[in-house]
Amino acid sequence: MSDTLNEELIAFVEKMPAFPKSVQKVVQLTSDVNTSAKDIVQVIESDPVMTIKILKVINSAFYGLPQKITSIQRSVVHIGLNTIKNLALSIAAIGMLKSNNKADFNTQEFLLHSMTTASLCRILAERTGISKVESSDFFVAGLLHDFGKIVLAEFDPDNFKLALEKSSEQQIPLYITELEFLGTSHAQVGKLLAERWELDQALVTAIDHHHDADNDNLLQDCVFAANQISKKMQFGFAGNPIVEEFPDNIIARFELSLDELIISLGDLSTVKSEALSFINS
Amino acid sequence: MKFKFWGVRGSIATPGPNTIKYGGNTTCIEITTDDNDLIILDAGTGIHLIGQELLKQLPISAHIFITHTHWDHIQGLPFFSPIFIPGNDITLYGGLDPVTNEGIERALGVQLQYSYFPIREAELNANIHYNTIKPGESISIGNAKITPILLSHPVLNFGYRIDCDGQSIFFTGDYEPVFNIYDPNDNEYNEYQSFIDVKQAEIILAMKDVDALIIDSSYTSEEYIAKKGWGHGTYDSAINLASMANAKRLFFTHHEPTRTDIQLEHIHKNLVQNNPNINFEMTLAKEGIDILL
Repeated sequence: MSDTLNEELIAFVEKMPAFPKSVQKVVQLTSDVNTSAKDIVQVIESDPVMTIKILKVINSAFYGLPQKITSIQRSVVHIGLNTIKNLALSIAAIGMLKSNNKADFNTQEFLLHSMTTASLCRILAERTGISKVESSDFFVAGLLHDFGKIVLAEFDPDNFKLALEKSSEQQIPLYITELEFLGTSHAQVGKLLAERWELDQALVTAIDHHHDADNDNLLQDCVFAANQISKKMQFGFAGNPIVEEFPDNIIARFELSLDELIISLGDLSTVKSEALSFINS
Repeated sequence: MKFKFWGVRGSIATPGPNTIKYGGNTTCIEITTDDNDLIILDAGTGIHLIGQELLKQLPISAHIFITHTHWDHIQGLPFFSPIFIPGNDITLYGGLDPVTNEGIERALGVQLQYSYFPIREAELNANIHYNTIKPGESISIGNAKITPILLSHPVLNFGYRIDCDGQSIFFTGDYEPVFNIYDPNDNEYNEYQSFIDVKQAEIILAMKDVDALIIDSSYTSEEYIAKKGWGHGTYDSAINLASMANAKRLFFTHHEPTRTDIQLEHIHKNLVQNNPNINFEMTLAKEGIDILL
């Protein structure tokens, strides 16, 4: 995309609303003085739009934090619950994403895919020995990996719809058809925003490269694998019908193929049901 | 460097017979460096009195650092007389509001509106400057170095460390030590606790070895149970911080508005008795007395 279009897109996302359920919950929770902090955190962590917008604020140069903040929990510790609540409320005040968009992109299914990828990414990280303390970074990367899709569906619905249709009809990866119709991909858009908003470089890279598996990087590998597992298990749907088998380096990382890893993870139904219980509550 | 409390009360000014000894103005601390540079921390109602003193030595140059923009820390600004007098240089420092993206000019702008005050910001005759500052980035005023750090309160709040002429002061503004929002049985408990521990270490480092540590100590530990999450600390949390930071002298401030002089002294007596092994002096912040470091 041209620089002008990039600027337009960034300005557009500033005003883009979050998902209906989290908007409703934020309004509800912020109207109750006895709301528990963990409920607020959970709502924000279940919404890619709220999450990325709050990370954007806390990571802005104005707070001069010595290291980038990559999770909502850390944000609360640094900047205080009330400010996080007020930020969430200010995002909620923008409105809410419509469930019927012009691109015919199902936002509920998208959200389910994002949330389950987030949970799976954390599970995979912990499986490789990452401590619980660090695994929230993996959760966020999983949650935000496809953020660019919801942006494209809202920003350029006509062309995104064409990309979705061709991907579905010809069974080719969505990021390929996005490039054809939009001149960019959701990964590039996600990277553009994450970079502009000064998010953690590891997160920027994980979003940018979540379709390439040829990097020797644990965060990227976990996002790649979690994304394929979520698709294979049909936990929601984010527009891409292609499930990619694990390339050699991912197999080496988890010492299993995609199917073997899914079996080895055991009963994953709670990953879906927990996400659904939020979406449908 | 010397300093003086002009306002020690939290939330609302409390004049009257029960607060006559320690004072009833809301937060304001005056710091004067050896070179006579004037630094003011917060602009509660106490700043009105500094303004009256300063009228004797015009023109003045004042550097006002706002910890946060709750009323009791800014409500004296419109009554700080030097802002109306040409030739005075007044700089207001403070953080960016994360929700509205407004700089520290909001502290005056929000009050100097027709509905609330007869004079608009544009009508102030002094040279007023605004400096929206970032945590961790020091500001120099003469020989003094002032460094803000983000501290937990319901609104963006800076603690300030002032280093000058080999001496140091740290003021928390309003501050409640961060607590774990999860139950010990929750999966997230340990993770959250580790984030708190990192932040706590950063705060202790910012306070390390200060000559005077001035801390929001609104509540007793018993009172705190019902006030958790309100954004204020306790006498015990202040003592804990002072011990860990190896402070030389601890000042309890932001006195709870209903607290009488007698109650304050009773609390202080108990604290001294119950903490025999601390190696710093504990003092109740009291308005109007010069404290030499």
